[in-house]
Order: sequence, then C-alpha cells, then structure tokens
Amino acid sequence: MVAIVDYGVGNLFSLECSLNAIGAEVTITADPEVLKNADQIILPGVGAFEDAAKKLRATGLDQTIRDLAAAGKPLMGICLGMQMLFDKSYEYGEHEGLGLISGQVVPMQGVIPPSYKIPHIGWNALVFKKDTPLFKYIQNGDCVYFVHSYYAANCDDAVLATAEYGPELTAAVAKGNVFGCQFHPEKSGTVGLNILKAFVEMEGKKC
Amino acid sequence: MITKRIIPCLDVKDGRVVKGVNFGGLQDVSSPVALAEFYSQCGADELVFYDITASSDGRKLFTDILVETAKRVFIPLTVGGGINSVADFDRVLKCGADKVSVNSGAIRNPDLVYEAAKLYGDQCVVLSADIKRVDGEFRVFAKGGREDTGMEAISWIRRCVDNGAGEIVVNSIDTDGVKKGFDLEMLEAVCDAVNVPVIASGGAGKIDDFIKLFQRLPKVDAGLAASIFHFGEVAIKDLKAEMLKANIPTRTI
Repeated sequence: MVAIVDYGVGNLFSLECSLNAIGAEVTITADPEVLKNADQIILPGVGAFEDAAKKLRATGLDQTIRDLAAAGKPLMGICLGMQMLFDKSYEYGEHEGLGLISGQVVPMQGVIPPSYKIPHIGWNALVFKKDTPLFKYIQNGDCVYFVHSYYAANCDDAVLATAEYGPELTAAVAKGNVFGCQFHPEKSGTVGLNILKAFVEMEGKKC
Repeated sequence: MITKRIIPCLDVKDGRVVKGVNFGGLQDVSSPVALAEFYSQCGADELVFYDITASSDGRKLFTDILVETAKRVFIPLTVGGGINSVADFDRVLKCGADKVSVNSGAIRNPDLVYEAAKLYGDQCVVLSADIKRVDGEFRVFAKGGREDTGMEAISWIRRCVDNGAGEIVVNSIDTDGVKKGFDLEMLEAVCDAVNVPVIASGGAGKIDDFIKLFQRLPKVDAGLAASIFHFGEVAIKDLKAEMLKANIPTRTI
C-alpha cells in the first residue's frame, strides 16, 4: 500500500487517480501509524513553501517522515513536496525544510534568461544524469509536465535528471530511499504513470 | 527544452460534447470522457473543457464528467465556463481540474483573478479573453463574444496578469471560424505586453497555421483549437510530426 501524506496542502484527487490507474492500493492519510505500515510514502504539495512547511510541522508529521525515511522506507516528494525534502527554501524569506537532501530551493528569477517565462509551465524533456530504479520504465528525453517558479540548487550529488530552461534546472533527485520530482508525474501521461509504477514497486524496510 | 503545447477544446453541455464530432474509430463521439481519452492517446498536451450548461442540473453532470475524466486521463485539464466566484474554482478543482479559466466572470468581478490566485496560486488561474478589433483598437468582449465591454484588451490583460493570472488564452473573434490562420498581429501585441504563457485560439484551419504561429511568434506557448480536431481535419499526430520537421519543439508519444 502506498500512502499519500495528507497535511492540508493541495488537491490529492488527481494523484490518487493516477495511482489507482497503475493498480496501486492507495491511502490518503495523516495518521503516523498508517504511514508506518505503508510500503511507500508520497509527500505531495502545491502552493507556497512557508505555508506547507508550517502545516507539516503543525501535524508533527515532519518528524514521522524523517524517522521513516531514516528507517529506509521509500519516500517520494512531488513538486512542492520535493522542495520540502531540502534543507531550506528562499521563497519569500528563508524557511527550513525537512533536511533529507542537501541543497536549497531558490527562485528561477535572475538565473534563467529574461526571455524565459516564469513560472516554468509545460512539458519539458528529462535529461538523465544518473541511473536510478525510478526511471526503469522511461527513457532519457521523455517529456514530463512542470509548473514551478522555484527550483532546487546546490544539490548536484542528488540530481537524477534535469530539464533545460535556459540553464538545466533540477527535475528529479534521490538520496538513498528518498526521491523527489519537481514535475507532476500524475499529470505527465504514460511517462508519469511509469515513474509512479517504478516507485510503488520499490521495497523498503517495514517499520 | 520546453515544448509547444497543442490543446483541443471541448464544449460540454448537459454532460455531452456539443458541436458535431466526426471521428472514425470512436464509438461515443459525444462523450467528453471518451473524447478526452482519445485526444490524450493522440498526444494532446492538455485539454480544455468548456461548460456551456445553463442549468444547475447540467453543472452536476459536468462535474461528474470531470471526475470520470480525472480517473482516466493523466494530462493537465483546464476548465472554463460559468466561473464567477472562488466557490466555482473550488467546485471544479475538487473534481480534477488543474487550472480554471475565467472570462466574463473576471469582467463582472475584477477581484476574482486576484482572489483565486491568492488561494490556489497563479498557475491555476487562466484568463481567457475574447478580443475583437473595434475602431482601430483591440476590444474585450463578454458573454461569449456577444457584448462589447468597451475595455481595451491589452491593458485588461496586463491588469489581470498583475492580479495573478498565470496564463492567457487569446481568442480572436476576428479570425475565429474563418480557418485562415491564427491572429498573429493580435497575439504579438499580447506577447509583447506580458511575460506569462500565451495560448493562441481562433482561426486554425490546417497544420500549416500552427507551424506559422510558432515560427513567426516564438513567444506563443500553445495553440488551441476545437472543430478542426473534432472533425479530423487536423490529426494531432500529423500536426506534431510536421512541427518536429519544422524544428518546433513538441512532445511526441
């Protein structure tokens, strides 16, 4: 069973539908016990970093997620959920993340050429940087759907794939059993479903 | 490299697709869910569902369809039509829409864009503008293009972007239905005025119209059309193959 962390951020309906479509058993939960018993955990997120980080802390689920990640359970952050895996974000101020992957989330503004629009919205090609089981069903150059204005920087060791938008922006990361996708696999057609499929096939340690 | 998006638009009334649809190989041509699935398999990058239902019974049918579509189609889905309040945003987002397009609702209540962007993020709010040339200027029209608002279009669009509109759909009433190509002059004026994604709508009649659009105006992000896709006059697979030949970045499946 794959658990989607429900901490009051964003709409989880599409993500739930996409996991159902690949035949996964899905639970949307804020219960630490359910998360402990899940085979994999997905940390979703849409909106502003500060608000999401506050909500996650308020539920106490930040510590649960850190503990389960440390115990070896496969964890995947999506979009803002991916950004929350890092040490810090500089979105409207400076905010602490979960610190599971070293790096910072910074604005695209000033980094990408002025002719590029912000947010980075649309289908962009993945440029693979590392072998990973997460990409076992997809290919280098496959397109996925992005919607974001901030990106993860200073995390080269963890980068699985980038997407060219002026410079190459971090598209997917991993550190051990912790994965993150800046793009939305649940909105990326067959390619996205194949990424989710690879993730829910991962076996972690039962906690 | 970011790709140019191709977006079919479906008008839905009382839960069925209106405007004739004429496809070989598709059984239920007026089922929005079947059509959405078909377009997704053909390589459409996004879908727009436009609700032209007037009754509240019809609205329920519409949201039922959104739910069914979200269960089967995994590309971004934009919903428009009858969006007059934040409650309308909430109603369609809960049922699987990713973005919500506002038109007359934003004209009636100019705070709507700001309020929705604050709640759901800029990326969620699409401004759809019906524009027509009147007395040498671009004018915004309301109520499905029937009513001249008297507002100059470029300043209206700029104001909505300042308020948080994350994307703009430019519907040229002048070229709509003519099938002689997109309104490049109007689109260029919008692209020069804002730095959010611009979606061209109105006027596409053949593959070459899309090629011209993206070659002449590299700042346009997407092309939207309805009947030419529904009637099979332009097949999305062929369109994308031609885009690739013309070195226009596009996603192929």
